[in-house]
Amino acid sequence: MDKHEGRDAGTIRLDDPWYDALAVGWGEGAEPSPPRPAPTGRPAPGASDIYLEVQRSAAFQEVRSRYRRFVVPATAGFLLWYVAYVVAATAAPGLMARPVLGAVNVAMLAGLGQFLSTFLLTWAYARHARLRRDRAALDLRWTVFEQERGQERNRARRAGR
Amino acid sequence: MTTEHQPLALMLFSLFIAVTLGITTWVSRNRHGSAEEFYAGGRLFSPMENGFAIAGDYMSAASFLGISGLIALFGYDGLLYSVGFLVAWLVVLFLVAELVRNCGRFTLADVVAARMSERPVRIAAGTSSVVVSVLYLVAQMVGAGSLVGLLLGNSSAAARTLTVIGVGALMVVYVSFGGMRATTWIQIVKAVLLMGGAVTLTVLVLLRFHGDFDRLLTSAAERSGHGLAFLSPGLKYGGDWTARFDFISLGLALVLGTAGLPHILSRFYTVPTARAARRSVVWAIGLIGSFYLMTIVLGFGAAALVGPDEVRASNASGNTAVPLLAAFLGGGAETTGGAVLFAFVAAIAFATILAVVAGITLASSASVAHDLYASLKRRHARQRSEVSVARAAAVGIGAVAIALGLLAQNLNVAFLVGLAFAVAASANLPVLMYSLFWRGFTTSGAVWSVYGGLVPAVLLVLVSPVVSGSPESLFPGVDFQLFPLQNPGIVSIPLGFLAGWLGTVISGEEPDEAKHAETEVRSLTGAGAV
Repeated sequence: MDKHEGRDAGTIRLDDPWYDALAVGWGEGAEPSPPRPAPTGRPAPGASDIYLEVQRSAAFQEVRSRYRRFVVPATAGFLLWYVAYVVAATAAPGLMARPVLGAVNVAMLAGLGQFLSTFLLTWAYARHARLRRDRAALDLRWTVFEQERGQERNRARRAGR
Repeated sequence: MTTEHQPLALMLFSLFIAVTLGITTWVSRNRHGSAEEFYAGGRLFSPMENGFAIAGDYMSAASFLGISGLIALFGYDGLLYSVGFLVAWLVVLFLVAELVRNCGRFTLADVVAARMSERPVRIAAGTSSVVVSVLYLVAQMVGAGSLVGLLLGNSSAAARTLTVIGVGALMVVYVSFGGMRATTWIQIVKAVLLMGGAVTLTVLVLLRFHGDFDRLLTSAAERSGHGLAFLSPGLKYGGDWTARFDFISLGLALVLGTAGLPHILSRFYTVPTARAARRSVVWAIGLIGSFYLMTIVLGFGAAALVGPDEVRASNASGNTAVPLLAAFLGGGAETTGGAVLFAFVAAIAFATILAVVAGITLASSASVAHDLYASLKRRHARQRSEVSVARAAAVGIGAVAIALGLLAQNLNVAFLVGLAFAVAASANLPVLMYSLFWRGFTTSGAVWSVYGGLVPAVLLVLVSPVVSGSPESLFPGVDFQLFPLQNPGIVSIPLGFLAGWLGTVISGEEPDEAKHAETEVRSLTGAGAV
């Protein structure tokens, strides 16, 4: 499978049409991307085999678990915080009306807190995705593309024979 | 308002129409008529442009006029709405934007159909998308009708009818000639105008109070006649437990519905990569969040400066609070400054409605042509003809929305929007989540999940106090009310999720491992994305 030769991370990036220099956070202390799936010796798998193979690869599992490790707790957190806020506003108006500072009461602080937590989580997610997922995801995208191209080449070669 | 302001407002509004029509002509001069171009604007917008367009698509007149009006009349309870509208964007950012961009081409059904048997899934998802869009469109049409009453002083029935028809006709022109590219530019222009208007008014309000937010709140509370209760929840939704559950239901629908709105999902296809989709959502959250923060100042400002009594006298549901506040800040309704600001705000509100209507019409015409028509016709048609179907669908949907908008003129705008969100959260969100994240999800599960959310949501509304059984309902004379809440979300959203699970388990169908792998890999890496 000659298509895997010379696929050094540094060299392909330069001419990778999808490569988005901003996307991988050069110099932002990104951790090294996880290993790519090892090329197998099997001849020309079908398109769906490529995806199955990539799905089982350690590199993809790492990207997926990085995504889930951020998104699952964050989603659970903000949904709980929001539901708690709505329920408190409807079921415990007495608590919410307690004054804190001047005309500002608990309800006002909680509402502004929802705005603040939304902004903070947005920032945290964007940063996490940029530093911890983008580069590895792009590598995987490239892997899939190369395997598909290799498959087409093989098919063409066989048809030409 | 007095009649001398109307020419100015109408002039500003006509200017907006002229500018946007110019844009439509300009951007569509080299149009190729491909589906890519019509539905997704060639996928070449930058994250910032798309972020402004998303904000423009999302901030409807209901939020600009409605939320600040609610705050002016009921104080804190109005703020509850804006929190729900904003927090919803975290669902979109975390779970939807990037994955949908990577997996789909033009519509919600693309994402689901990639894993499933295409025809039944497309028909189901297409149907629910069209239902959501039409509900949302009717809300905007009703909003346009009530706005003209404010703008022209006398809300004569003929003027309202003409406005609704005019708005509908304009949006059909935008959408069918300009496609996604023109629609996007209209939304960008509108978002800039809306933010500009909101910033101007907010600064003017804060200047009045010398930047002292505390004094603004205290004066609002004093003037409201409710005292400190004005600053805490309970004035609007604090009645009996039915009203409270109704609000919790609405809150759920708001936070989960945004991620299922077809016109929001279609915006992610207008950028080249998933990363650009993520950055456009970050822009949108910044814009939408700051806008809702400003509506808080505007709402309390209107309560403090104009006073709830005057607001209520002008419009019972508070929709005119911001224009009245603008006139006051400009120096009073009788001065030139007041007239200019009033006209400015009214024109922005009109532009807002027009832009939102164009976005929804485009998204629903994509659902009709790309999902419904493509599945129901016998053989594959050429792409060019799919775009002509979409153009025809835009005209058809426009006509339906105009007709329903004229019928529903007396329904509350905020309620209609809440309903559209509830249907989106019940029918579209479960199927989207299951397709992206559940390995064992099958075709029958997908179909069950869409109809299992859509049908209960619509049925519950039909037997709710909105339609019959109370003096404010659509048919006050009859009583077939069975369901106590106005918003069905608290029941129908769990039903949608439950139906998807049940359909999958009961059918005993084998999930397609390979297709699941493809969806999962594509959604997280962008492999094979168009």
